[in-house]
Parts: sequence; structure tokens; C-alpha cells
Amino acid sequence: MTTTVPATKRKQRTLSLRDRAVRFAEMITTPLLPADYLDIISPLRSGADLRGRIEAIHPETRDAVTVVIRPGRGWRGHTPGQYIRIGVDVDGVRQWRAYSMTSPGDRPDGCITITVKAIPDGTVSNFLVRRARAGTVIQLDQATGDFVLGEQPPAKVLFVTAGSGITPAMGMLREVVQAAGAVPDIVMVHSAPTPQDVIFAGELRMLARQGQLRLIERYTDAEGLLDIATIGDVVEDWAEREVWACGPTGLLDAAEAHWTEAGIADRLHTERFRPTVLVTGEGGSVTFSKTETTTEADGSTPLLDAGEAAGVLMPSGCRMGICFGCVAPLREGAVRDLRTGDVTTAVPGDGVLVQTCISAAAGTCDIEL
Amino acid sequence: MTGLQDRLTPEQVEEFGRELDEIRQRVVADLGKEDVEYINKIIKTQRGLEIAGRSLMYLGFFPPAWLAAVGALSASKILDNMEIGHNVMHGQYDWTRIPELNSKTFEWDTAAPGDNWRHSHNYLHHTHTNIVDKDRDVGYGILRMDADQPWHPYYLGNPVYATLLAIFFQWGVWFHDLEVDRLISGELKWSETQEVRKKMRAKAGKQIGKDYVLFPLLTGPLAPLTLAGNATANLIRNLWSFSIIFCGHFPADVETFTEEETENETRGQWYLRQILGSANISGGKLFHIMSGNLSHQIEHHLFPDIPARRYPEIAHEVRAICEKYDLPYHTGPLSRQLASVAVKICSLALPPVGYLKSLVGRHKSGDAVPESTTVDTQGQRVAA
Repeated sequence: MTTTVPATKRKQRTLSLRDRAVRFAEMITTPLLPADYLDIISPLRSGADLRGRIEAIHPETRDAVTVVIRPGRGWRGHTPGQYIRIGVDVDGVRQWRAYSMTSPGDRPDGCITITVKAIPDGTVSNFLVRRARAGTVIQLDQATGDFVLGEQPPAKVLFVTAGSGITPAMGMLREVVQAAGAVPDIVMVHSAPTPQDVIFAGELRMLARQGQLRLIERYTDAEGLLDIATIGDVVEDWAEREVWACGPTGLLDAAEAHWTEAGIADRLHTERFRPTVLVTGEGGSVTFSKTETTTEADGSTPLLDAGEAAGVLMPSGCRMGICFGCVAPLREGAVRDLRTGDVTTAVPGDGVLVQTCISAAAGTCDIEL
Repeated sequence: MTGLQDRLTPEQVEEFGRELDEIRQRVVADLGKEDVEYINKIIKTQRGLEIAGRSLMYLGFFPPAWLAAVGALSASKILDNMEIGHNVMHGQYDWTRIPELNSKTFEWDTAAPGDNWRHSHNYLHHTHTNIVDKDRDVGYGILRMDADQPWHPYYLGNPVYATLLAIFFQWGVWFHDLEVDRLISGELKWSETQEVRKKMRAKAGKQIGKDYVLFPLLTGPLAPLTLAGNATANLIRNLWSFSIIFCGHFPADVETFTEEETENETRGQWYLRQILGSANISGGKLFHIMSGNLSHQIEHHLFPDIPARRYPEIAHEVRAICEKYDLPYHTGPLSRQLASVAVKICSLALPPVGYLKSLVGRHKSGDAVPESTTVDTQGQRVAA
């Protein structure tokens, strides 16, 4: 990253040989960092910001693909069921999104996979499904999430999934069927609009034929949405099973209610994909998170003025959108450019910078000042 | 000279501003992958030249290699300062959300710390373009670059100071951020500059350490040659950036403004001032890249936050708008613009025609207050 070399602590008494070498390298590459040169040659090397290279993209359905990624040396591995955040440059803009991993923990080739379904107006999902090419280097974060089977998979498992909600379950399923030892008794209830929309259909149906899985597919275009309260009709021993559910909010809310009612809520594990739908409008509540100040601002008041009126020490300059002296990170929320009317949105991790002097709140927003 | 506010009617100014806003909006909407690929390519080239320059110094005993080393290193520094540093620090690539292209954290290969420069350049210079007494780039606090700056015998040295500034330009920019003139006038307290000075010292130390100590020592017996090579590369970069920057605002026909006439400016009037106060330099594609596209100073001053590679493509539209409103569009080849700047530097070193007369007059009548005002050949208002 092109930044100034961080000030090192002077009190450090003993410096290892490596530290000395790093310091020396920083002195000769100043004002850049050694990484600025190394990244050009080897973006996936150990010690670099975590990145990955897209090795292949396999179609799954008409609107879903599996992306095979070779992670950089700094990759610490994952547990199936977890997700990763990836940063992809779409039309020049770096966009971060989270996707469940669909690969088992130890692919022989060292690669990992995510499976992405294009959602309407989804910038990143549509890019990955229709435009991304093998060879592209993307940004990665380490895997995270506790939607996992645990050290010892239980003897009886039930997956309740819908649409792309199948992705974390697929990672877990692949892990257990390829593991040595007794395969647990697994039932999967999966909903999709039509048979053609079932992601991993071939693999799932083959596992079912081999007796490693009991697969119940529900086609919602023809049969309507699954009423979770009637799960007992298709999976008689549902109450005895440890359950992992992933899909739309409606499905998960219903599942939580049903399992709670049965007094076995502790058996239900859910993973919620929260699509970043931000409500945008005129004005909103503005929080300056570092100073812990919140104020209400209307749709025509620049954030700079709103912040100053609320007593926040705002950096500023020309106050007309020229000098970028007032730029601050928009941690979360939506702002509108008062010159063009364009709305910019951000979720944590996006790293979006906004000019506070020409931006007004377009909904709730959080400015890191 | 026509005043800034008298050129266009208020309605015309508004329409003119709207037309320029339209250009901006169209380019901003079109920004994308190609812009990022372009700047990444320039960055890669610059890093490659840097490595080539530093490596070739090891063959410095062989004169052609030494020359190649100096050439590569000069080109690296010029690209870093002009097309990469200057433009990235303007926020031209903030829309990409890519940390490496972030205007807030970028640091460049010159003595002036990015943080200090961002304030003095992006804010003071770009907001107050060519307003004498407000835009500190007018004369950099050491030169008389405008007839409205009162003459003083100190300015007899104008050509000498300008030459020294060109040779040590990076240190001029470094020192410029300290705002010495405001310190002298008492507007700014010495203690208030502590933060700025700390950054100046730290950055200067690193830059000197790299070019004049570390890299020479690393070439062992060739150290004197490497030191000379690094100094030459810095000199070439200094002369080049000085030339480009001085041609941007100081050729003869470029106008300056007073604080009064720019009070309560509308956006259209602000655009107007940028056009009247800037000058382009004509040239080929490579020339534009090496100038950081500051050869399109007019377009840059209108839209400082649009990626500079876009300036050439909108230049003809801006020019057409200027023609439509009968506004000058200053441009010319580097040699002509430089000559014009040199003439200005020399002629402004001399006292205005009326200056001596007024001294004589004062001596005779004891009355120093001029009764009426006229304008001399340099456009300065002087006592009749």
C-alpha cells in the first residue's frame, strides 16, 4: 500500500536482523514502502495484503457460477460454512462483498471456491457471473463466521436451504462426505424456483443416489414457498436433528419461531445473508463515530455544516468541492452529492471517502470523524 | 483591462457555468476501468524506471550508463511528482476506493510532505487561483510575478531568485508550506507551525538520506558518481516542474485578480476566473503525460478532481465554450510560454515607470499621495 512508513517506536531496544533489514528497505524505498515494489512482482506473496487470483469460473446454473480462487501465501485456511469478504474492482471501483465458501477445507490444489448467484442490480454478483475472467487478482479477507459443523459433526444433520443459501451448506456437505470415518445421516431440504435453478444439482443428486444424503427438493414456482411449520411432513425426525438453515429472511424467521416453539432452539443454526439495501431519502441521522456525536441533518445541508453545528471538529478547506481537504470516510450509510444528486452508499469495510462540503445525508449515515 | 465581473452578464455567467458543469458530469459518469488501468500502468512504469535508474548507477563508471541512470531516475521522479502524486493527491482517483490511490495517504518523492502540500496547493492555490495576496503561488512569496505586487528594491533580484527557485524547486515547495509571509505579517504564530515543521523535517531527512547518503554508499567506490547522478536527477525534475508550473499561471496574457472582485463569487464566476487565470501548453502525448497533464492547466483548474488523462479529450469543448463567450483561451508551445514568463520575471524586477517619477515628485512637493491614477505599460496602477 502506498502510505507513509509508520513511525516506529524508538524505545525498542533490540532489533532482530529481520527488523533491521525491513527498516533498511524502508529507508531506500521511501516515500513508498518495499511492498509497493514487491506487490507489482508478486501480489500473492507471504506478507502481502491478502489477495487471491481467480483461476477458473465454472457455470452452475443460468445465473450462478463457482469462482475458483488461489489465495495468497498469507491465507490461514477456513472451516466449511464460513464466509469471506472479497474486494473486486468493478468498472474501476473497488467493491467489497461477503460470500460463503463452497469448497471443503483442504482442496488438493490449495484453491478455495465461492459460488455466486447474480441478483438483480447486484454490481458485484453480476460482474462475477457475467464479466469476470480467470487471471484477475482480487482482494481477500481471512475466512470468518461460526456457521460451521464443529469439531465433531453430529450424527444426524438437517440442512434447510433456499436459493443461494445452499452455498455454506454445500461447503459443509463436501467436507463430511469426503472425510474418513462414518458419514453422518444427512437430510437436505432445498428450495429453488425450478429444477434448473438448483445450484449444485448434479452433485447433490449424485450424492443422494449414492445414499450419502437424503435430498428433498422443492420447486417454489410450482409448489409455492415451503411452510416451515410442516417440515415434519417431509422430515419425520426433524426434532432430533442438528439443523443448519440458510436462505431468505422470511424462511429463517419462520424456522426460528418453529424451533423455539418446539423448545429446541439450541439445535438451530442460521446464517443470514443481509443484502446491503440502504434506505435512501432526503436527510437523515448523521453519526460522527469517533466523536460519538449524532445529529439530524436535512437533505440540503452539507455534512460539513451539520458536523460543525453539532460541535464536531471537522477538517475543511474550500467548502466548494475543489480541494478535498474535508474528505472523510463514510463508514456506513448513504450521502448525496449536492452538485450532481448522485447517491453514494457504503457498508463497513468499503473504505468510501466522501467530500463533506458537497455531500448531504441521504438517509442514516456514519462518518468516521 | 476588462474586469472579471464585467466580461459576461449574470445570465451569461450562469449559462456558461452550467455548460461547464455538464462537461464535468459527463466525464464523471464515464469514469471507469480504463482510468484505473491507465494510472496503474503509469505507476508500474514509474517503479520500473526507479529500479532501472538506481541499478544503472552501479555501472556509473561507464558514461552512457550514468546518463541512462540519470535519465531513468529523472523520468521516475517526474512521473511520480506530476502524473501520479499531484493528481492522486487532488483526489482524482478517490472514487476508485482503492487504498493505493487514496488522496489522503499518498506520499510523493519530493521534499514537501504530502500533507502540507495538500493544504497549500489544493486549498489555497486552487480555491484562490491568481488572487494576489491570497493565492500564495503568485510569486511563491519570493518573486514579483504580478504588477499589482508593490515594487521594492528587493525585487531587482527577481531573475536571480527565479533561477534559484527553478534549481531548488523541490525545496521551494517544501519551504512554501511554512507560509513564511504569514509568519512575518504575524497572521500565523511560529508555535502554530510546529506540526508542519515536524513533518517537513522528517520528510526532508528521509529524502536527503535516500538520494545523498544511502544510495551513494550502496554503490561503494562509485559513491561520488551516484551522488552526482542523484543530484542531477533531482535538478532535472526541479527545472521541469518549475517550467510546467510557471507556464501554467504566469505567461504575459494570464490575468490576476483582487480580493474585492472575487467576493461572493458564483460557481460560474469561479469557473471564469480559472479560465482567465490559467494557461495551457501545447505539445504531444508524451509531453502531456510528463507534465502530469498540467499542460492542460485550464481544464485542470476547472475540474481539479477529474483524472488528468481526461483533460485532453475535453479541451476542445472547453475551448469552444471560451470562443462562444468571447473569452481568451491561453495556450502556446512550451518555448513561447517560457520566454513569456522569463520576460515577465525580468520586467517586473524593474520599478514601474511611474515609480521613480513619484519618488521625484514626492521629493519636490512633499506630497506622496497621488491625485489621480493611471496605468503603466505593465498594467500597474501608478500615480500620474
